[in-house]
Amino acid sequence: MSTSNTSPSSFQRRRFLGAGAALAATTLAGCAGMASGPSTGRVVIVGGGYGGATAARYLKLWGNVDVTLVERNADFVSCPISNLVLGGYKQMSDITRSYAGLKAVGVKVVQGEVTAIDAAARKVRLAGGGELAYDRLVLSPGIDFMAEQVGGLQPALDSGRVSHAWKAGPQTVALRRQIESMPDGGVFAMFIPKAPYRCPPGPYERACVVASYLKTAKPKSKVLVLDGNPEIQSKKALFEKAFKDRYAGMLEYRPNAELKELSGNLAKLEFEDVRADVVNVIPPQRAGDLARSAGLLNINNRWVGVNWLTMESTVAPGVHVIGDATFPAPLMPKSGHMANQHAKVAAAAIIQLLKGEAVNATPVVMNTCYSFVTGREAMHVASVHQYDDKDKTFKTVPGSGGVSTAANQIEARYALGWAENIWADSLAL
Amino acid sequence: MRHAAPRAAVLIVLSAAAGLAQAQDAHLARNLAATCANCHGTNGQARGDMKPLAGLAADKILAMLNDYKSGNQPATIMHQIAKGYTEEQLRLVAGFFAAQPAKK
Repeated sequence: MSTSNTSPSSFQRRRFLGAGAALAATTLAGCAGMASGPSTGRVVIVGGGYGGATAARYLKLWGNVDVTLVERNADFVSCPISNLVLGGYKQMSDITRSYAGLKAVGVKVVQGEVTAIDAAARKVRLAGGGELAYDRLVLSPGIDFMAEQVGGLQPALDSGRVSHAWKAGPQTVALRRQIESMPDGGVFAMFIPKAPYRCPPGPYERACVVASYLKTAKPKSKVLVLDGNPEIQSKKALFEKAFKDRYAGMLEYRPNAELKELSGNLAKLEFEDVRADVVNVIPPQRAGDLARSAGLLNINNRWVGVNWLTMESTVAPGVHVIGDATFPAPLMPKSGHMANQHAKVAAAAIIQLLKGEAVNATPVVMNTCYSFVTGREAMHVASVHQYDDKDKTFKTVPGSGGVSTAANQIEARYALGWAENIWADSLAL
Repeated sequence: MRHAAPRAAVLIVLSAAAGLAQAQDAHLARNLAATCANCHGTNGQARGDMKPLAGLAADKILAMLNDYKSGNQPATIMHQIAKGYTEEQLRLVAGFFAAQPAKK
């Protein structure tokens, strides 16, 4: 199903070029990302977040592959930086980017929903009824919520009374509105699920940024951080310092405070009840719905196990799964940055596999997560993960990686620089 | 001329090592350099405040990376990242970025 499988449309295009459209041919050949020669295969990518967009971009940059990206939203909206929107320091337009760059490098972008995967026949079904055939499939489904684990959560989310804002977009706008309309002296309560969840430092960043806004706009208010975990999950000492030095008296952090049930604005924990004006629940998470319906959740019925050399699902050959949906290698965070890195491993492997060549036996991925502690000061955590052939997984390199010595304005500039560059890298902007 | 022989030997060793890496995977340098793109731009063509790497001399990039790795060059984050790569990997990354056109 590879080299002989050139699609009719691309074959016709090349014949057309060969028939004397020399100028067009030169232009195309000179355009970065458009390789010449027959296509080596068809790749369908489902999900246009950090993982899926990057896979599409790099398959085009590095290979000569027909790429179709199916994404349900019209635009890319970034979760990283979205906490700054909650604090009023950024607008939705600052974290929203179009798929025009991917289209310009030859990715066919389909706005739609994949409802089923037929791995045996190598095709996916679209909500509208159409089908897309593939030689290799990439799923970047992100996370979905296990709302059923918290009594009353689903109806609360459905009614709009409670927001999660853990997928950037309308939820971000809704939570910002709630924070803005909260009275001075009100209580903003956020609930953090037990790990693993998407973006380990994200909840603590959110607590800081919301507190930063309230400190100026509604200084009598309170931020309650109720963590289902026994301690802060990332950059612990730095966040503890930020809570203490910057938000003492306003922000209260409680570990081992797992949310059990919601009833109106009353949140029930194991040993106490909490009443708040704005309730922000980050629900417990698992791999996205599509991975579940495709039967790929082979780890704890929650995450997708992958072969780290190719990012293929360990239960479905030919189906590559990247990003937050994967069961992570040791100390590998669920982050947009890591999804981008997964995508590059997958893209390189897919190009080799379509040509019947050996894949890279020594892949490396790395991660950088910046967190803001005010509207203009940030700090980071970084790690480098080398593939370990003996244990068939990525391992962090001893002595490498680490966190900032302190949050500061220089790192905030780097955080925004990171965003600008990763968006351009992932979306071919 | 006194230094010519050792230098030539070093070059031979370096190209032998490069040859070995090439044999393992022709795209190793490209793949490694892609891990830097999230901050330094696709193919090292960075935007905004981030440092562009495309088109810099390979020995200059490698010297910077080694200084971060050894701790000779203080940094906010690069000293932590550089330590995660082997010397051979850093050399491949430097060579790849040196061969890329600088952003127009």
